[in-house]
Amino acid sequence: MNFSEHLPALQVVVPLLSAPLIVLLRSNGLAWAAATATSLMAFAIAVAITLGVLDGQTFPYSMGGWPAPYGIALGVDSFSAILLLIVSGASSFALLGGRPSLNSQIEAHRQPLFYAAWMLALAGLSGIVVTADAFNIFVFMEISSLASYVLIAGGPDRRALPSVFKYLVMGTIGATFYLIGIGLVYMMTGTLNLADMEVRIQGVADQSPILVAAGFITIGLALKAAVFPLHAWLPNAYTYAPHMVTVFLAACATKVSLYVLLRFDFFVFQQNLAGHAFQFATFLMPLAVLAVVVASAYALFERNLKRLLAFSSVAQIGYILLGASLVSTAGLTASGLHVFNHALAKGTLFLAVACLAMRFSSLHLQDLSGAAKSMPLTMAAFCIAGLSLIGVPGTAGFISKWYLIGAALNEGALGIGLAVIIVLSSLMAVVYIWRVVEAAYFHTPNTSAVNIKEAPRELLIITLLAALANIYFGVNSAVPVALASDAANLLMGHLQ
Amino acid sequence: MITVFAVFLLTLLVITAVAIVRTENLFIAVMLAAIFSLLMAANFFILDAADVALTEAAVGAGVTTVIFLSALALTASQERAKPSARMLSVGVVSVTVVVLLYATFDKPRLGDPNAPVQQHVAPWYLEQTPELIDIPNVVTAVLASFRGYDTLGEVFVVLAACIGVLFVLSAGTSGGPQPVRPETPGLRHHLIPKVVGRLLVPFIILFGLYVQFHGEYGPGGGFQAGAIIATAFILHALLEGESAGLRAIPRSALLTMAAGGAIIYAGVGILTMLLGGSFLDYSVLHSNSVKGQQYGIIAIEAGVGITVCGALLAIFHAFAAREQS
Amino acid sequence: MEVLGYYNYWVFAVLLMIGFYAVIARSNLIKKLLGLAIFQSAVFLMYITMNKVEGGTAPIIQKGVVDQIFSNPLPQVLILTAIVVGVSTTALGLAIVVRIKETYGSIEEHEIFEADLPK
Repeated sequence: MNFSEHLPALQVVVPLLSAPLIVLLRSNGLAWAAATATSLMAFAIAVAITLGVLDGQTFPYSMGGWPAPYGIALGVDSFSAILLLIVSGASSFALLGGRPSLNSQIEAHRQPLFYAAWMLALAGLSGIVVTADAFNIFVFMEISSLASYVLIAGGPDRRALPSVFKYLVMGTIGATFYLIGIGLVYMMTGTLNLADMEVRIQGVADQSPILVAAGFITIGLALKAAVFPLHAWLPNAYTYAPHMVTVFLAACATKVSLYVLLRFDFFVFQQNLAGHAFQFATFLMPLAVLAVVVASAYALFERNLKRLLAFSSVAQIGYILLGASLVSTAGLTASGLHVFNHALAKGTLFLAVACLAMRFSSLHLQDLSGAAKSMPLTMAAFCIAGLSLIGVPGTAGFISKWYLIGAALNEGALGIGLAVIIVLSSLMAVVYIWRVVEAAYFHTPNTSAVNIKEAPRELLIITLLAALANIYFGVNSAVPVALASDAANLLMGHLQ
Repeated sequence: MITVFAVFLLTLLVITAVAIVRTENLFIAVMLAAIFSLLMAANFFILDAADVALTEAAVGAGVTTVIFLSALALTASQERAKPSARMLSVGVVSVTVVVLLYATFDKPRLGDPNAPVQQHVAPWYLEQTPELIDIPNVVTAVLASFRGYDTLGEVFVVLAACIGVLFVLSAGTSGGPQPVRPETPGLRHHLIPKVVGRLLVPFIILFGLYVQFHGEYGPGGGFQAGAIIATAFILHALLEGESAGLRAIPRSALLTMAAGGAIIYAGVGILTMLLGGSFLDYSVLHSNSVKGQQYGIIAIEAGVGITVCGALLAIFHAFAAREQS
Repeated sequence: MEVLGYYNYWVFAVLLMIGFYAVIARSNLIKKLLGLAIFQSAVFLMYITMNKVEGGTAPIIQKGVVDQIFSNPLPQVLILTAIVVGVSTTALGLAIVVRIKETYGSIEEHEIFEADLPK
């Protein structure tokens, strides 16, 4: 086999193998360097895979050399490419710029274990994306979840501990629900390979176990993806995690679960269960709308900057689901795009938060008064990403909102209602981002905040780069749009 | 006869589970959980799942209980009753169960050889294993080769737990070698546990090694062996005291074991890649592909055993050596 | 055999319910973890139940014995993995509980919640 055929396996194996090696490195400088190098390598592999996918390659891979339903198969398509890019990209950005922030939050002697856990989270998330086997998804979901619990538990505030415990309990329930679901499907089809399931499920005479399986899988993954109203674990977990962990996980973790949810539903269930597209839409659309409205409303009244952004994440998950619940090519294109663009915007926002946290001891809005005077560049990056989150033309966020509204308007009268909701919730985003901007630019600085300098150089440079990426992909949206529309065609192609 | 016994066991399982939830003494709850695991293991055995039964007994009833008990020693042994939204929980739970029962009415009944599960993939494993891998235990063949990538993931889950426990419990310490609780005489002053225990330790280790290397022929393999050997060292540490236990295998060695086993497993995969096969395609390890499969399985099972043993012991010591606040 | 066929699934459903109830309704964190363990064990039972073939035996092939019926090896492999995953989760959960006890002095959910309310 030549090298490029191994790419999907390497995407997982490289970070996976680096974790035990980092454990053995007892020096934390080396551990950081090894983790960053591995993460950049994973990013390079993801870029190579994306280029291949844009060329029409699918990278089929048989683990252990065993053919598909008997062994475990890997495969990549445009949808996976989007996810791989944001997973490895977010990890690389956070590690490259995050050293000062991590050094201030994680004690030196604990860092090698911390970076090893980071690599396991990266490997787990990539593993979920590239695999084509239902049970293998569960295994890698557990690797990524356990590693994320560890990362979040690294937060210096004691409230990180109850938050992470809650996340652990809800995450385990979600994973176990997923396990029940695939158990039922396996019971009725005798296979675990997703493509094989899709074929064999058609021969199942009795649909009720499959329907129940669809329910368990959807709820389990919705728990992991923090779909409203199962998002209870998310705000605190993101708020009290170390800032760099928030950058990494907020950009990609929940989206990977959403990816599995959509893939399972569109590939396996939709065409095989009578009326399932309708069930899917009627079940998820109200939840998506509620997520967008309610979580945005929470963000309006939240005073802690990090938690404000966390609630905004719940709302953004709502947008992604909303697009998918239209069950149309346009809607799914919008979802795929928003997965990518929201990762950019939210990653940048949390990077800016990490910059602020280097200089301000509290992230409450009133304590950030006048931050823009002492940290103009950080706040500039924050504003750009904020505009992208709102969906202002010229930024990446605009592209996905535009596609989303377009997709909604295809749906007739219901669509007009949805479009109104999207516009209204965007206005809510204007308000909550404005509250931060107002505090930072227009309030007089606290006396203690006069001598504050800009954030450390490496962190600031990465933050500004991430902000520029928001503008770049707002202007040159060809690649994400190509990937997302291809992904949407693929998902819809399974419905006949 | 077996049917009656199975029904009896299943009923006991339910009763034990209710008792675990109802009792407010956490120590009793943990002991009941160990009984629950043993009953579950017996049940698995009746259902022809010997490997799973062995794992559940070693891991569920053995190691988990010890970890729970050492955590109890650091927290509290009594639950405090509290007002709660009981109706809501009953509601959520009931809905789940009704849905599940709805699904089970259409499930193929137990033991039906024509059920879809028994078709398709499963017979292929049973037919092809003698030819492709040539080891008697099909479970080991599937675990280590056909679905070896899952097992690799599982080893890294264990590693993640080990890293996690050490990371979480290293908070609030200075970073140097953790102080061992000074007064831990263990059970040295109890004559009977001391004599019996000392006699047992070498035999448990021997049995563990047997399970490790006999995994291709009978029930067993790296997970069970790793857990069993870890139990022997835990018993030793309980008898002789924590510091003696750590002298037998120091902490840094445990972490090296946990990481090293995972490296062996993934390393075998990298090696097969370099030799021109897919990741974890052991056939390329030898000119005869069946031999290659067997070598590969022995190597990765060793990796599994080392990681599981090291990780479980490291987790145990992380709890046991922690000072009570 | 007929009765037992469904009895296994019902016990699975009941154990699932008991475990799930303990996780949601109990306030003690260790009790929650015990509930979680029961909840996961229930799922193991479901998988192992489907691996049984009437008249079958554990899938260990003996040379020279022909026409043996074997149980399905695949669910066993999956559950071996799941058991180890369960223990790993429990261990990590307990480590977090120990830290919670050290920082809050309690392992009751409502007391921890009250401790963090702004005064």
